[in-house]
Amino acid sequence: MRPRLVVIGAGMASGRALEHLFDAAPDAYDVTLFGSEPRGNYNRIMLSPVLSGEKTYEEIVTHDAEWYTEHGVTCRFGETVTRIDRDRKIVVTAKGETSYDKLIVATGSAPFIIPVPGKDLPGVMAYRDLDDVHKMLDAAEKPNPKAVVIGGGLLGLEAAAGLQMRGMKVTVLHLMGHLMERQLDPAAGYLLRKELEGRGIRVHCEAATKAILGEEKVEAVLLEDGTVYDADIVVMAAGIRPETRIATDAELEVERGIVVNDQMVTSDPDILAFGECVQHEGIVYGLVAPLYEMAKVAAKTLQGEDAAYRGSQTSTKLKVTGVDLFSAGDFADGDDRDEIVFRDPSRGVYKRLVLKENRLIGAVMYGDTQDGSWFFGLQKDGTDVAEMRDTLIFGPAFQGGASVDPMAAVAALPDEAEICGCNGVCKGQIVQAIQDGATDLGAMRAVTKASGSCGTCTGLVEQVLAVTLGDDFVLPTAQPVCGCTDLTHEDVRRLIKSQELKSMPAVMQELDWKTSCGCHVCRPALNFYLLADWPAEYRDDPQSRFVNERNHANIQKDGTYSVVPRMWGGLTNPRELRAIADAADKYNVPTVKVTGGQRIDLLGVKKEDLPRMWADLNAAGLVSGHAYSKGLRTVKTCVGKEHCRFGTQDSTGLGVKLEKRLWGSWTPHKVKLAVSGCPRNCAEATCKDVGIVCVDSGYEVSVGGAAGMDLKETEALAKVTSEQEAIDVTVAFVQLFRENAKYLDRPYKWLAKVGLDWVKARVVDDLAERQMLIERFDLSQSIYQKDPWAERANADAQHAMAPLANLTLEAAE
Amino acid sequence: MNWVDIGALDDIPQRGARVVKTAMGCVAVFRTRDDQVFATSDRCPHKGGPLSEGIVHGHKVTCPLHNWVFSLETGEAEGADEGQISTYSARVQDGRVYLDATELMKRSAA
Repeated sequence: MRPRLVVIGAGMASGRALEHLFDAAPDAYDVTLFGSEPRGNYNRIMLSPVLSGEKTYEEIVTHDAEWYTEHGVTCRFGETVTRIDRDRKIVVTAKGETSYDKLIVATGSAPFIIPVPGKDLPGVMAYRDLDDVHKMLDAAEKPNPKAVVIGGGLLGLEAAAGLQMRGMKVTVLHLMGHLMERQLDPAAGYLLRKELEGRGIRVHCEAATKAILGEEKVEAVLLEDGTVYDADIVVMAAGIRPETRIATDAELEVERGIVVNDQMVTSDPDILAFGECVQHEGIVYGLVAPLYEMAKVAAKTLQGEDAAYRGSQTSTKLKVTGVDLFSAGDFADGDDRDEIVFRDPSRGVYKRLVLKENRLIGAVMYGDTQDGSWFFGLQKDGTDVAEMRDTLIFGPAFQGGASVDPMAAVAALPDEAEICGCNGVCKGQIVQAIQDGATDLGAMRAVTKASGSCGTCTGLVEQVLAVTLGDDFVLPTAQPVCGCTDLTHEDVRRLIKSQELKSMPAVMQELDWKTSCGCHVCRPALNFYLLADWPAEYRDDPQSRFVNERNHANIQKDGTYSVVPRMWGGLTNPRELRAIADAADKYNVPTVKVTGGQRIDLLGVKKEDLPRMWADLNAAGLVSGHAYSKGLRTVKTCVGKEHCRFGTQDSTGLGVKLEKRLWGSWTPHKVKLAVSGCPRNCAEATCKDVGIVCVDSGYEVSVGGAAGMDLKETEALAKVTSEQEAIDVTVAFVQLFRENAKYLDRPYKWLAKVGLDWVKARVVDDLAERQMLIERFDLSQSIYQKDPWAERANADAQHAMAPLANLTLEAAE
Repeated sequence: MNWVDIGALDDIPQRGARVVKTAMGCVAVFRTRDDQVFATSDRCPHKGGPLSEGIVHGHKVTCPLHNWVFSLETGEAEGADEGQISTYSARVQDGRVYLDATELMKRSAA
């Protein structure tokens, strides 16, 4: 029998240690994991982006229940270990006893609740786990919500910024003279305060909380100086304490934290501990980098290998969007220290380096933190900086005569230079991983974890990739939408949802657009995002649509238009064909062509003829084929079992049903479907955005094909038995695409970003989610599924499409 | 100057355009979000795209065919592109839009 390993705590530390252990020795132990939270392991340092709405919980999960199951771990989520019996080598929970051969205590830390009257009132909360975030979000939904955050440290400020972005009126109370006093000097603290106040967050320093007031729930906070701040919630972010109770009870050696040696072993040789609950060499850590280093050592110890943890130097970044702040080391004043200070008030940049005997011992940077990791490296290595002292503050780009090119600076970094602080990955490891075949950011994250945690070093990792790979590396496109903003499409989509921005002026105002009314790149994107997210509230803006969508016809190179009537599933009849032929005659259509999507295209129509032509075609029962739209174009079909000797299902019928359901829906890019009646695939379904291939046993729905700029086969999404289910899966997929993709990304590009598994989980596996997607799609269709021809085939439209005036006579006089 | 009333300001959508026919082809009349009007030739010097169908942003228009951007004030192409469209005098008075017919006639003579 394998030795039994019991783990107390399903947090980042134990997750990382198990990962290392399973990588090296997957079958070494029988593992049982206890976690008080009713869920798997997530990246706790990313709670702030979840709070602010910039990330979802799903995006910060590092190990879900499935991951643990796959690695043979018995998970006991939501079950708290109450006691360790070291003599019998068992742990005790409310549900019974579990014995161990080796035990890991990774209980982390608990928030420190300051002992003032009223601290137990409903509405007072810590900021530690996902449940706290949910409580804060609930509070933010009330009208005029007010929050008081006690603690102006890293955690408190992230909470404050998140709550403010969620629309709360936020006051930060901080006991000390300036914010983040453990990481920042007063000057940087001042700049940070100015930035937060500029966002409407009130900051009160030297604020000693006397009591939290309220009858049945929190109503206000009273300070020693008599000031009272109204509050619907009070967030305590005044610090954390190692969670050592269970170790103390078990009579392990505990001081401020559980005492461990360099191998992460406690005073009991069969019990390991690491993470925020421990004390190593007298130091307790509250940041992620040391915790990961400890996890690595603990995994080695469990395998009986030699490894030693030698303590960590730490650096800090504040994860508040738009605030660049870096701090590392010691920056207190002292007689034996020199300092170098750089200030640029107009850019809001401040940098300060503290030197002792020509070695860097501390660095604070605000506004421009690009060189932070370089300084941190100098500090960790104890590099003698006497030679470059004059230009030190300007960063690596100015050393040794190198140019200001950031790439050159990255190229000049030594192999030992730390790139990813969270995961302790240095440049040499990244270069090694590249040589082993990791040539993009995703692969790099998978192999080394570099940039996979807080993500602030993503740019640096990309630069190392670029420098190492040379021309083979193309920087990924996390580019802003356009010159009108610094935000990416993804940022804009998230913020439209989280800040409930429902009009274009609101988006431009709140998201700090640099132009008065956008441009031809951002306006069509914003128009789509608003319309997809708020179909009931937003009003479509024709002036933000490309000419084709504004004129409901495709503009051609000579300024004429092409008109394509809809033919449901590719079906037509003699009456429709006659109407099309008549229209072609009447409006002098020079070219009539069958399109690749099985529709008839009438090319070369004059703009002023469009409304009358639409009216004529409408009269014969034809509606617009939206052949011009970022929306559903066509559903291509074969004849299916009705006529074909191989056909297994009614593919034409299914195509018609799909087209009737999906037409008129606006999407991030054009969407094309096809349904084939058998695997001979005459409708070429496997290179469409959604393709359905009918087989004897049902329907194979696949997605993400392309036959345009790229050529790509679809990937299987689901196999279903009924036609209805095939329709449901398709509709849910289209809605998920509408809600998440970047404007002008076809589904295959979007899928490459989010992953097919993510889509499957929502559209195929989670039936409730599928149903909700369908309902949201139908809501949007109730407003937008209209034939634009019918709406615009009238005298007003004819007038609007005609010239405003005719001056040919006057000009000729 | 020979100001000719060509129609109501409200007949042109905000951030949109209408065309006015002249003997030498169409002139595009733009209305910006701040309700100013600008008149330019309707043809993009690149491939003849109808500028009146472009997206209007600020005091600029983007050609619908290949995204060339022109200043409505100077007629100059912006960014990396080089080119020039003609601009004509236009003004708004009491909700009506006026173009200078003399200037437009010169255009046809040129």
